[in-house]
Amino acid sequence: MEELANLFHGFAVALQPYNIMLMIIGITLGVIIGVLPGLGGANGVAILLPLTFSMPPTSAIIMLSCIYWGALFGGAITSILFNIPGEPWSVATTFDGYPMAQQGKPGEALTAAFTSSFVGALFAVIMITLVAPLVAGFALRFGPAEKFAVYFLAFCSFVGLSKEPPFKTIAAMMMGFALAAVGLDSITGQLRLTFGVTELLNGFDFLIAVIGLFGIGEILLTMEEGLAFRGGNAKINLRVVLHTWRELPTYWMTSLRSCLIGCWMGVTPAGATPASFMSYGIAKRLARRGNNFGKGEIEGVIAPETAAHAAGTSALLPMLSLGVPGSPTAAVLLGGLLIWGLQPGPMLFVEQKEFVWGLIASMYLGNLAGLIVVLTCVPVFAAILRVPFGIIAPLILVLCAIGAYSVHNSTFDVMLMLVFGVLGYLLKKCNYPLAPLVLAIVLGDKAEEAFRQSLLGSQGSLGVFFSNGLVSTIMALGLVALFWSAIQEGYSRLRTPMA
Amino acid sequence: MKPSVLSVALAAIAMSCANSTASRAAWEPVRPVEFIVPAGTGGGADQMARTIQGIVTKHNLMKQPLVVINKAGGAGGEGFLDVKTSSGNPHKIIITLSNLFTTPLATGIPFNWKDLTPVAMLALDEFVLWVNAEKPYNSVKDYVDAAKKAPSGSFKMGGTGSKQEDQIITVGIEKAVDAKFTYIPYKGGGEVAVQLVGNHVDSTVNNPIEAVAQWRGGKLRPLCVFDAQPMAYDEPIADGKAWKDIPTCKSQGLAMEYLMLRGIFMSPKATKDQVEYYVELFKKVRATPEWQEFMKSGAFNTTFMTGADYAKWVEAEEKRHQDLMKEAGFLASAN
Repeated sequence: MEELANLFHGFAVALQPYNIMLMIIGITLGVIIGVLPGLGGANGVAILLPLTFSMPPTSAIIMLSCIYWGALFGGAITSILFNIPGEPWSVATTFDGYPMAQQGKPGEALTAAFTSSFVGALFAVIMITLVAPLVAGFALRFGPAEKFAVYFLAFCSFVGLSKEPPFKTIAAMMMGFALAAVGLDSITGQLRLTFGVTELLNGFDFLIAVIGLFGIGEILLTMEEGLAFRGGNAKINLRVVLHTWRELPTYWMTSLRSCLIGCWMGVTPAGATPASFMSYGIAKRLARRGNNFGKGEIEGVIAPETAAHAAGTSALLPMLSLGVPGSPTAAVLLGGLLIWGLQPGPMLFVEQKEFVWGLIASMYLGNLAGLIVVLTCVPVFAAILRVPFGIIAPLILVLCAIGAYSVHNSTFDVMLMLVFGVLGYLLKKCNYPLAPLVLAIVLGDKAEEAFRQSLLGSQGSLGVFFSNGLVSTIMALGLVALFWSAIQEGYSRLRTPMA
Repeated sequence: MKPSVLSVALAAIAMSCANSTASRAAWEPVRPVEFIVPAGTGGGADQMARTIQGIVTKHNLMKQPLVVINKAGGAGGEGFLDVKTSSGNPHKIIITLSNLFTTPLATGIPFNWKDLTPVAMLALDEFVLWVNAEKPYNSVKDYVDAAKKAPSGSFKMGGTGSKQEDQIITVGIEKAVDAKFTYIPYKGGGEVAVQLVGNHVDSTVNNPIEAVAQWRGGKLRPLCVFDAQPMAYDEPIADGKAWKDIPTCKSQGLAMEYLMLRGIFMSPKATKDQVEYYVELFKKVRATPEWQEFMKSGAFNTTFMTGADYAKWVEAEEKRHQDLMKEAGFLASAN
């Protein structure tokens, strides 16, 4: 029970008025950062890092981690209202969140997203509190082969849920892999598919692609459909929040499952993005109303948001105990730790108790503060949808352009965003799904890297993916997910001609 | 992180309340200075740049804000080309690591360090040969014997990046001991150290700061340092051993030396006054207790050089990288 005593000591630290003030400032800044596409949590934390150098380390980490929570909450807002995911892990939230907003239920979607985020984060913090030392060691078992297996599972469980013709899904995914291949090949150190163009050295940034494919593509579609912005008659008051809350407990199974997926993916170094996709895919298959997913089903918002936050939160555990950042934002926080003179690693929990437990306590309080801040703003956010399309569309366009520009300070990226916008529009018109394309851009190069590292280590033998219990289990799960969907596909095809 | 107009604006706000007490120099920045990091967030160069930024902010060493911007694309090529094309802009400096030499050589991008104006060498980063503490290798000899005994190519060396410093050292070791390793590249040094702790690779050549936490936690064991003399820091880290107690590789029969530049360059065509301003700035940074603490935590070699000495050192080092990479077959075929 020493942990519990430490935790209460941590609460005492986090509850000092100065720290509470920093917490609220951090959350507010974070939400603003999360709402602006292109300026994600990692950027926000990095920009504000120097501000914290004069603070005591515990206060500094409380403020920075609150910016992180705020950005996580904020990312859901643009995903739901405008179909523009601010962070990779918000992509899956758009699948059902945006249709809900269009159906006049933006308040419900936002409330569900924020509450699920909170539940996921809380679950992960409780896990960190109780089993930190046990779980930390688990991440060590993840070599390249295990990492690849996790990505494989994410791809497979996602392919399985696609309603579109499988060849279109595969075509879209392959296009994503091709785009992900551009830039420096990290295994050989050679440039690939850049054709001497300096701007392509960095490859296609996920954010540019997503802002274009989703944001710009969506505006083009809406324009074609007669400039009507649906969802204008949304109910916008706090009653919506309470109403949604009453509804949420019925989805406890989805929440719990998503929490578990999130924590597992967060502690293994796979991270929040595969967690959100996988959780969405599995929820779609197992939920009673799974066939309605993609048309504005509240469970389709709960599943990815819960998993993403559970993963984002539990990703801090390997960072603190091993010094491996589980996400870009965690990497920046890690840099901060070093600057404050703290050495992340196995000894941090022993030598810097006050810091560690202050941080853990601030995770509880920061998420609670975040939930309160964003929920009270739900009516305000939802009201944005009442603005006529003719006014809001140019504003979104400007926002998209600023977002794309700020990723690399490059006008080339703004052009690229427009090209992706047209591509997104065309793909939608031809009924190609965008999600597999985005998934492949986000995870394609990571999966490739892990695959080739594994083969380097095994000297070319594919047996490495079945060389121990852990990796075999994950690979087998992936194959089951893949073939299960193929069987379902075949089954439904058999039935269709008879109907 | 990625740069943005907003980042400049926010940093400007952060700095606006700071009353500068910097001494009068002949030239001073008149707008925010961009501090380019040709590597990703969280890596060694990034940590150093952000530490400098923190020190400058805390001690009010500059009147204008210093804004750290990562341009990691193409193994840092993006950052180098950015500074190269900012000729005559004195508000842009860049921190370099060995990719100053290796990136143009390996990828053939049109860049050479002579395109930039050298400012100062801040420190040199050490490389240490690490093994998992569970392994029975207690000395370089045990390690070399095991590597030789293992079937060719089955001994795995983990490192950061491809055809960069870690792989160059690996090739050097292969030559020195006549054994064949399989080199597995990862994205960052911290990840490499953890892969070693998890026994997914057999050894690494991590920088001290990347592996020190695992050493203190009893997970890793340092065998030797790739420097001409042992490191200077005698404060015990683990098991009563200090950085100073790690023998040089050469003294253990592994003839390989390698140090990595942590230096500052600025845009082409900088005037003497402008270079002088930054040299003075970094002298002040080096004098702060925070910097000394940072040097100690990473067991850096604190050699400081400016002007002609620095340029001469860089030139010799470029030649050496060219030779090492040519021997290893790492040079880009094109260009």
